[in-house]
Amino acid sequence: MALTSSAPTTALRVQARPAGFFVDVASVARRAIRQIPREPEAVIPALIVPIFFYVLNIGALSKIAHQAGGFSFKSFELPVAVVFAVTGVSRASALVTDIQNGYFDRLMITPVRRLPLLLGLMTADLTLVMALAVPVIVVGLALGVRFHAGVLGIVVFVVLSGIWGLVFTGLPYAIALKTGNPGAVNASFILFFPITFLSTTFAPKPFLQGWLGTVANYNPMTYILLGLRSLIVGGEGIPGPAQSWNAAYLGEAVLAIAAFGAISLSLALLALRSRVRRA
Amino acid sequence: MPEPAIVTEDIAKQFGDYWAVAGVDLEIGAGEIYGFLGPNGAGKSTLVRMLCTLMRPTRGRGLVAGHDVAKDPEAVRLRIGVALQDAALDDRQTGRELLDLQGRLYGLRRTERAVRVEQVLRLVDIGTAIDRQIKTYSGGMKRRLDLAAALIHDPEILFLDEPTTGLDPESRAAVWDEVRSLNQQHGTTIFLTTQYLEEADELADRVGIISKGRLVAEGTPAALKRTVGTDVIVARVESLTDRTLQALRSVPGVDEVLGTGHEVTVHAANGATVMSPVALALHGAGTSVVSLTLRTPTLDDVFLQLTGTHLQDGAEVEGAEPSAESLAPTSEGART
Repeated sequence: MALTSSAPTTALRVQARPAGFFVDVASVARRAIRQIPREPEAVIPALIVPIFFYVLNIGALSKIAHQAGGFSFKSFELPVAVVFAVTGVSRASALVTDIQNGYFDRLMITPVRRLPLLLGLMTADLTLVMALAVPVIVVGLALGVRFHAGVLGIVVFVVLSGIWGLVFTGLPYAIALKTGNPGAVNASFILFFPITFLSTTFAPKPFLQGWLGTVANYNPMTYILLGLRSLIVGGEGIPGPAQSWNAAYLGEAVLAIAAFGAISLSLALLALRSRVRRA
Repeated sequence: MPEPAIVTEDIAKQFGDYWAVAGVDLEIGAGEIYGFLGPNGAGKSTLVRMLCTLMRPTRGRGLVAGHDVAKDPEAVRLRIGVALQDAALDDRQTGRELLDLQGRLYGLRRTERAVRVEQVLRLVDIGTAIDRQIKTYSGGMKRRLDLAAALIHDPEILFLDEPTTGLDPESRAAVWDEVRSLNQQHGTTIFLTTQYLEEADELADRVGIISKGRLVAEGTPAALKRTVGTDVIVARVESLTDRTLQALRSVPGVDEVLGTGHEVTVHAANGATVMSPVALALHGAGTSVVSLTLRTPTLDDVFLQLTGTHLQDGAEVEGAEPSAESLAPTSEGART
């Protein structure tokens, strides 16, 4: 149909219709992904901080680890660096901004389904955290860390870390949707510390004393790190340097992520439901 | 007769003990521009939020394009476009990206989106800025983009909640032109809330005046203003006493006298004739006059007559009751 500027009455008449669940998710995700490079201030620290601490920790603790436990600290610590990179990175702050400035209402007035408003953001998060894991792994490889199963091992490592990062976002999203308050979302970062540090973050389990050992037993992070380390040559729980896939460790890591996700994503979905319920 | 675009029956919204909208009946025809005029806190935005499915009515019901806003919100959403009070945009998208996303969420295909983006841009005149991030836009440009976003899916009914609040006169005039052109060229029904009487007067086919959550008058701007009289004399005085009001009421040809603060408003059929007697009455009552003006009535005079306060006298939430002396007899009403 030809359109002319002089005849608006002949303008194309369109019919609004629901776009479909997956189109909704893709539309929301597309916008969120587009925002990422426009907010370098949010992404750059998420990349630099884990690499900085990785290199620092190796410098400070490698010798001690080697003498005390006879294991390679750079291999042992790489999963921690990746977990640091992927944990707590989310679009929750952007969501709060949308809620506060009314853009979320604008979206709510459209026929978009409500669940994709969250799933779209999480899709963007998953993409970002997997992208953040890669440079950290590259640094590890450059320092001499090796994976049992080669490239496939690295892929599994990235996917597992990414999914962990994704399920963790359930917490900041739950807080964002429940409170609509940027301060509360920033404070959700506090949850990062007990989850990532009350575990085998700096030493294998036999080295953890008393209460920390007990807490680490119940912290899903312990099992996630164990699974990730099992993919690395010389990592914890690996009797010899040439052991291939360890289904038990990987299975426990998946279970730990699933258990944590069941709670965090349920909280996020409940918060979404209460946010979109029309008061 | 075609089905009305918007119907409300005793629609009401309660927050705690406070009724933001206390039971409003409306019937707005397809193709009409309806102006909803009232001060801040009168309940305008709450009514809009109920009609555009963001909020569920506590009582009563609302039908938009024939669909119940509470029972069938999805059907309503497909048929309405909404620009809420503050331009609700995302600063880090470009204008074009925002419009394209909006089109996607309304299920428009790629070609439809491309054409509609061009069409709405022609209407709202954003120019090449459309490819810049929204954070670089002026307030007026943001409002126009917000309007464009509300129009991307070619809605039957457009809700504009205070579309020009905070805009400079030039941007305000531009928005007015866009609203008129939409209504005339596309037949879009427009429900517009405003606290500016000029805006309601300029744009609306019919005006509803809302005060404290209730519709207190409704009619064409001309009909509403006729209820005040043909002329209005406004005297700014140093201090207002009952004696002043009595003196003015006894002037032959004066229909009504309303006093608020340091101002007396006199309604008369022929203002020019009563101007001198009014001045003499003020002098006779010992009232010191700061200024004396003769003008034709505005919708603010209608609002003053109905509620005892001026439209711009601030928020209504605090519940500034009109004083007894300024309460006009409203039983004859302005309802048409």
